[in-house]
Order: sequence, then C-alpha cells, then structure tokens
Amino acid sequence: MRMRTMELSVGAFMIAGFAALAFLAIRVSGLSIDTAEETYRVTANFENIGGLTVRAKVTMAGVVIGRVSDIYLDKDDYVAVVEMDIFNKYDNLSIDSTASILTAGVLGEKYIGIMVGAEEEFLVDGDEIDDTQSALVLEDLVSKFLFNSVAEDE
Amino acid sequence: MIERVRRVGSQGVQFLESFGASGLFLFHSLWAWPRASSFPLLVRQIYSVGVLSLIIIVVSGLFIGMVLALQGYNILTRYGSEQALGQLVSLTLLRELGPVVASLLFAGRAGSALTAEIGLMKATEQLASMEMIGVDPLRRIVSPRLWAGFICLPLLALIFSTVGIWGAQLVGVDWLGVYDGSFWANMQDSVEFREDVLNGIIKSMVFAVAVTWIAVFQGYDTVPTSEGISRATTRTVVYASLAVLGLDFILTAVMFGDL
Amino acid sequence: MAINDENYIEVKGLTFYRGDRVIYNNIDLVIPKGKITAIMGPSGTGKTTLLRLIGGQLKPDAGEIWVDGLNVPDLGRKQMFELRARMGMLFQSGALFTDLTVFENVAFPLRVHTQLSEDMIRDLVLLKLQAVGLRGARDLMPSELSGGMARRAALARAIALDPELLMYDEPFAGQDPIAMGVLVQLIRLLNDALGHTSIVVSHDVAETASIADYIYIISDGEVVGSGAPEEVLHTDLPRVKQFMQGLPDGPVPFHYPARKLADDLIEPNLTKLRGA
Repeated sequence: MRMRTMELSVGAFMIAGFAALAFLAIRVSGLSIDTAEETYRVTANFENIGGLTVRAKVTMAGVVIGRVSDIYLDKDDYVAVVEMDIFNKYDNLSIDSTASILTAGVLGEKYIGIMVGAEEEFLVDGDEIDDTQSALVLEDLVSKFLFNSVAEDE
Repeated sequence: MIERVRRVGSQGVQFLESFGASGLFLFHSLWAWPRASSFPLLVRQIYSVGVLSLIIIVVSGLFIGMVLALQGYNILTRYGSEQALGQLVSLTLLRELGPVVASLLFAGRAGSALTAEIGLMKATEQLASMEMIGVDPLRRIVSPRLWAGFICLPLLALIFSTVGIWGAQLVGVDWLGVYDGSFWANMQDSVEFREDVLNGIIKSMVFAVAVTWIAVFQGYDTVPTSEGISRATTRTVVYASLAVLGLDFILTAVMFGDL
Repeated sequence: MAINDENYIEVKGLTFYRGDRVIYNNIDLVIPKGKITAIMGPSGTGKTTLLRLIGGQLKPDAGEIWVDGLNVPDLGRKQMFELRARMGMLFQSGALFTDLTVFENVAFPLRVHTQLSEDMIRDLVLLKLQAVGLRGARDLMPSELSGGMARRAALARAIALDPELLMYDEPFAGQDPIAMGVLVQLIRLLNDALGHTSIVVSHDVAETASIADYIYIISDGEVVGSGAPEEVLHTDLPRVKQFMQGLPDGPVPFHYPARKLADDLIEPNLTKLRGA
C-alpha cells in the first residue's frame, strides 16, 4: 500500500511537470499547436523600422490579423522590406491600405498597424503595400524639433 | 614565501585530485545504468527527491511570482505600461528565477538530504556491507539518486515558473486590475518558446547535474562520523549554491549575451 | 601453490599502510577451515582492516592473501564479487539497511544472488531468522530493534547464502550481558551446525576465549602471540599477558609520553610558554 501511494504520487508529480511545460509552451509563449493557419504574404517597404522584430503582431483596429515573418534590407533602394503573413480569413484588405509601425505604450514592443483604404480591389498573396509610415525614432523627432525652433528664432 | 607557494600548490593538487575522484565517481555510477530491476529504486528516489520537494517549490514559486507582480506593477505604472507586466514576470521567471531559485531550494531541501542519507549509510557501514554482499553501492545506492535528481529538478523548475506566473496573474490581474487580455497577449508576444522556455530547461538540466553530483559525492566522500556528516551537508549546500550561481552566469552569457 | 587443504585463508607477508602509519608490517596468518579463529588486540590496531583486506575492500601494499586458493589482491572486479558471495560479514554496527524491514534485509542477498521463487526466499529467510531467534520480528524496521537484536538480524543476513567464511567484526562491543551471551552461543552453534569457517575480531577477552579454537594477538602491526585459548591466556609473553589479563601498565604504557612529573611541577610555566 505504501509503495502504491508512492508510485501514484510520483506519477502525479511527473504529470504536473509536463503539464507545466505544456502551459509554458502554449499559454505563456503562445506556441500554437495549429501553427498551420492559412496565410497569404504581403510586403511593405519602410524607411526605418525602428525596433520591429520578426513575429511582431500585424493589427487592424487593434485586432491581430497576422505576423511579421521576415525583415531584410533592400540593397538597391536602401529601404527595409517587411514581409507579413496575413491570415486568410482577412482577405478583404484594399490595395491602398496604409501600414505603419506603432509602439504599444511608451516602452512597449513595436507592431504594425494597417489602416484600410478606399479601393475596391483587395490585396492578394505577393502584393506590396505602397503607403507606409515608418517608425517614429526619438532622435529624429528631437532634432526636428530643435531645428524648427532654431529656424523660428531667425 | 616558499612555504606559501608550496601550500597553494598542494591545495591545487588536492583540488584537482578530489575533482578527478568525483568525476570518476560520476562516470562509474552512470555507467552502472540502466537495468530493469532498478526501476522501483528510481521511483522511490524520485519520490523522496522530487515529490517531497514539491511543497517548498510551489510555495516559493507562488510568492516570488506575486512579489514580482507587485514590484513590476509599481515601476511599470510610472511609464504607463503596466500591460507589459506579463512579459516582465514571465521572462524573469523562465530565464532566471525559475531555474536558479528552484535549484537553490533543491540544493537546500533535497541535496542536503541526499548527502546526509548517503553519509549516514557510510557511517553505519551499510555501504561496506552492501559491497560485502556483492552488490555495488554505486549501482544500487548512488546511481538511482543521481538519475532521480537529473529528472526531478527540470520538472520542479518548470512547476516553479508556472506557479510563479499564475501568482503574478493573481496579483496583477485579479488584484491590481491589469487587463487580462493584454497581460497574456503581451506575454505571448515576447516569450519565445525556443529562446526562453527551452533555454530555461537547459539551464535547469545543467544545474540538476551540478547539484545532484555535488550532493551525492559529498555524501559518498563523507568522513564517517556525525561531525563529518554535518560538515558534508553544509558543504553540499554551499558548493551547490555557488556552482548554480556561477554556472548561471556562464550559461546566461552564452545563451543571451551574444558572446 | 603451497595452500594447505586444512586452511581456508593464508596470509603471507602482508604489509599495509594508512597514510604514513604502518597498520601491518609483514605479517603471516593462517585461518584453519571449519574452525573459529579469533583476531585480538588493543583498539586501533587495525583488526577490522584485516577483515576488509580479506574481503577485498582494501588493497594491501605488499603480500598475499589466499582465500580458498584465490589471491584476493589479484582478483578482478567480477571474480571479487563472486568470491564475496561466498563470504558473510557481520559489521560492528550491524549495518542493516535502514529502509528495509528485517525480512527484506535477510532476503536481500538471496534476491541479488539467486533466482529463487518468492516462496523459496520466504522459507529460507524464515529459517535463517528462526536460527537467530527473530522470526517474530520479521516485519520490524531496523530502527525498532535493540542493538543486540540488530546484530542478530545482521547475522541472519550474513548467513543467508550459507557462506563458507563468516567474519565477525567486534560482535560483542557495546552489548549487554544477555545479548552478549546470546551472540557467543550463536557464533559457536552456527559454526558447528553449518560447518563454515569463522573469524572473530574482538577485544573482549573472556567471551572470545570461550568460543575460539585459535587466537592471534596483534599489536603494533605485528602478530605478538598465537595459540589455543588456554596457551594464550597463560602465556608469559609480556605484551600478550598484559592484553589478556587487562593489566593497566606494561609494555603498553599507562601514561601518554610526557616529561617527568617532577619537572612539570617545578616549572609549571614552561609548557605554557612553549604553547604561546
């Protein structure tokens, strides 16, 4: 009997350990089991992506509609190319949509916000969003502000 | 002066010797594995090493998570980014506090018990009599304890982190009123499974080897008197804690430090 | 091989150091088959060490230890464990496994070395426990036994495999008179009934002399006397005589080496000054 309760508790302990692992994987790190959600890919060029990273959210009206899948530099035009995987169920983004890099809170992470446009035609796999707004870079803002105030003084 | 050099030298040789001896000891004990008949022994050791450490791990994890949430909330509200609380707590726990604090508690709870138990077996000649019966104590006594430690500590660290995150959610979301959705969403966005969870598990595995090895070897190497056992137990806790913290720095540097 | 059929163990030129200290300096011993041989001597002379050397737990610095035609220091690991299965040893503290019941302790060697069925093991264990009078205590844990009972249980474990050689390490130390009487009787009875060879290491003169067939006295790493109990008890060799009769002063001095008492009294500060 003593041996049995011991075996039972060891079994429960092992299960608790693996349940913890599952919790950390799914709930905490957001590793979804059905990773194979259907997506289509669109790209956007930005002058400056700030601190945007791969796997960052792509949102519209605050709702996550996709993820950033790749970021690289266009060697010819010297702009950042951001590839986004948009979930197939959001297939009605007009081709003149605007993509901007936003920040969650003051110190929060960067994400991409998409504002829908007016065209009737929708973005499909491989399309590019032309209208983009780069990340706000604090140094640029400060120098712009200083430059303006100096100009006003003269 | 020459005397001092000589002493340092002989201490160095002594250190190297005991390190070599413990290395051989580890090798022999692990070599003696596995055997179907030793499975019940392993279960018994997992019980005494893992299950019996569960309470201290769960309670500490809960409180550490709650404290992290309180402190983090106070600081984050100043910048208006309290929704990053989940991110702060989960990364802290997964990368550092989970493996490290669980290992330190494990060294104090299970490590010292292992040392004392094996030391007592040596002092009461149980190891010698086992050898005379024709059973290798490394296989019968040491090996199951080593494996039990290797298995239990990573699981305990995972449980620690989980309970900690749950405690933080309790304080942050239920008491302080951080919005539930952003608490979890922020966490999921910033926590990478491979980068954070897996690296934390690797850390706890390395700590498990270090702590269990030290504990079991100190027990096996005890001077077989009551004073010897109490010294060995103290040494286990001190050496194991230092080893965990030192290794943690090295591992952190390799994993997250871009070295 | 000059191994005599009459002898189970022959020790030749055995030398053993512990650190810089000489434990054995080139000693020779013979343990006759089927008899009880006692190894006696003052505390700290390494009597237990001799048993460990015979059991192969320690390696001698020089010399040969022949046990039933095998030289123990030359044996490989596997042969050593095979030989040990033919030996039983009763440790000073009993050395019962504290996490097993008395029954399981006695069953332990049987489970390790034999493939017997559970019924057979049960019968054998009960027989062995019956021999030491502890059949009724089979479900107790070692912590619930008195010192004498623990030693008897350990004895049952030591004879579980019907060994050819049984070694007793200080079996009488720290026992009350009743337990001691029981053990004395058991050692003799078991030896006669099972026909194995026994070695008793002890410094309890009267009890050991009453059951031993042959006695070796060891002191300062050497065999200082040997013979049948009667001979040894009435010997004139000063070191043997002092030990056997328990004289407070003799070749082993009563006083720890020191200066003359008169000098110490006259210059009381000298030692202090040196100490400082």
